[in-house]
Amino acid sequence: MNGVHDMGGMQDMGPIHPEQNDLVFHASWERRVFALFNAVDFTWPVLRSELELIAPADYLRMSYYEKWLTALVPLLIKARMVTPAEIESGKPTGASTNKWHVVSVAEVATWIAPDSGTNGKPGVAAQFQATQRVRARNMNPLGHTRLPRYVRGKIGTIQRVRGVDVFPDAVAQGLGDKPQHVYTVRFTAQELWGAPASRTDSVYADLSEDYLEPA
Amino acid sequence: MNTTRREILTAALTAAGATLAPDLAGAEEHDHDHDHQAVPSDPTLRVKALESLLVAKGLVDRDALDALIETYEHKVGPRNGARVVARAWVDRGFKERLLADGTAAIGELGYGGDTITVVENTAQIHNLVVCTLCSCYPWPILGLPPVWYKSAAYRSRSVIDPRGVLAEFGLRLGDDVEVRVWDSTAELRYLVLPERPAGTERLAETELAALVTRNAMVGVAKVTTERRGSGA
Repeated sequence: MNGVHDMGGMQDMGPIHPEQNDLVFHASWERRVFALFNAVDFTWPVLRSELELIAPADYLRMSYYEKWLTALVPLLIKARMVTPAEIESGKPTGASTNKWHVVSVAEVATWIAPDSGTNGKPGVAAQFQATQRVRARNMNPLGHTRLPRYVRGKIGTIQRVRGVDVFPDAVAQGLGDKPQHVYTVRFTAQELWGAPASRTDSVYADLSEDYLEPA
Repeated sequence: MNTTRREILTAALTAAGATLAPDLAGAEEHDHDHDHQAVPSDPTLRVKALESLLVAKGLVDRDALDALIETYEHKVGPRNGARVVARAWVDRGFKERLLADGTAAIGELGYGGDTITVVENTAQIHNLVVCTLCSCYPWPILGLPPVWYKSAAYRSRSVIDPRGVLAEFGLRLGDDVEVRVWDSTAELRYLVLPERPAGTERLAETELAALVTRNAMVGVAKVTTERRGSGA
């Protein structure tokens, strides 16, 4: 979706204020939201997809963890873990209608153990090779996508073939994993932003094969 | 452009929110000076109610929630990344392995959880990491991201004006330096290996690690031998 979350290249968002905005958490409730958001164990495409459904004006106005809290409730309802009535009353009226995996303390420890982050899903051939020129497709899906607007239609070079991962657009819609190769693609600043941009600088983005076409 | 439409809007909302919904979180721990993007309406109570409901339904384990906070607020953090950087500075073999396969080399130090690519800053190349679409960040070695990394200002401008963004962090690069911006759009995370500062030849690995800041590992700062209070 061409939503406000897809911010790359916008210019009117004000100064960054790095010194003032150096904290990770501002309040205890933010810690609890962080933990809940991770403990309910949705996939990242599903979580991100829900965050992207927050109305644009709210998305810009809300603090980070307020957005997480806002997205969490509809996620829980859609997954039939809770009902709207339970959210309203705060009281359980029955068991969840969906058998849900409950994250344990022991499991949390494994999330930061070595070898827990590899994307090994073999068996799919790579369509593109390093140094090959590709064009990011001009596509505007209504659902979740990880193809930012600022690279669409632009020509880049495959810097590195990164291995196979799930296709987030499909996962977010419940259409399965659609595993495919991911590529790090280099776009020159001039290709992205035109002649006034730096002649030396570039932007690298990690893009699924379905986002790319030969150029 | 110093005052943007958003800042004016934020100020107006803050004023309105202050009368309509007292910030309960603020009463709890709010002694710092920063801009709020919004004033939430009693989030403390909403989160408590939601947590109680999910625990009562057996959908989350409260001990696991505590473990999640403990893990990502205290067990992981920029000290992990600093150890990785300092090791690379003193151990050439480790540095080669780190640049060839970041995940595996970082695993040697006992850290895992993300697929991590390490990009090296040199006198000619400066790397900068961003996530324009959300807030992707290498949690296992840098912890959770600071507010500015997740801000609209940083996310939007890093790809179109990286040099302007760096200047805002006090880092001005010459035209002879190539800037490479890494937009974390997939499940791959990035760590910048900063340049080892001059004059540190005699420092031990742990002393070197103490110099390495989180900001330098995101690519918005260089490592210096001057100790600073923030940006750790």
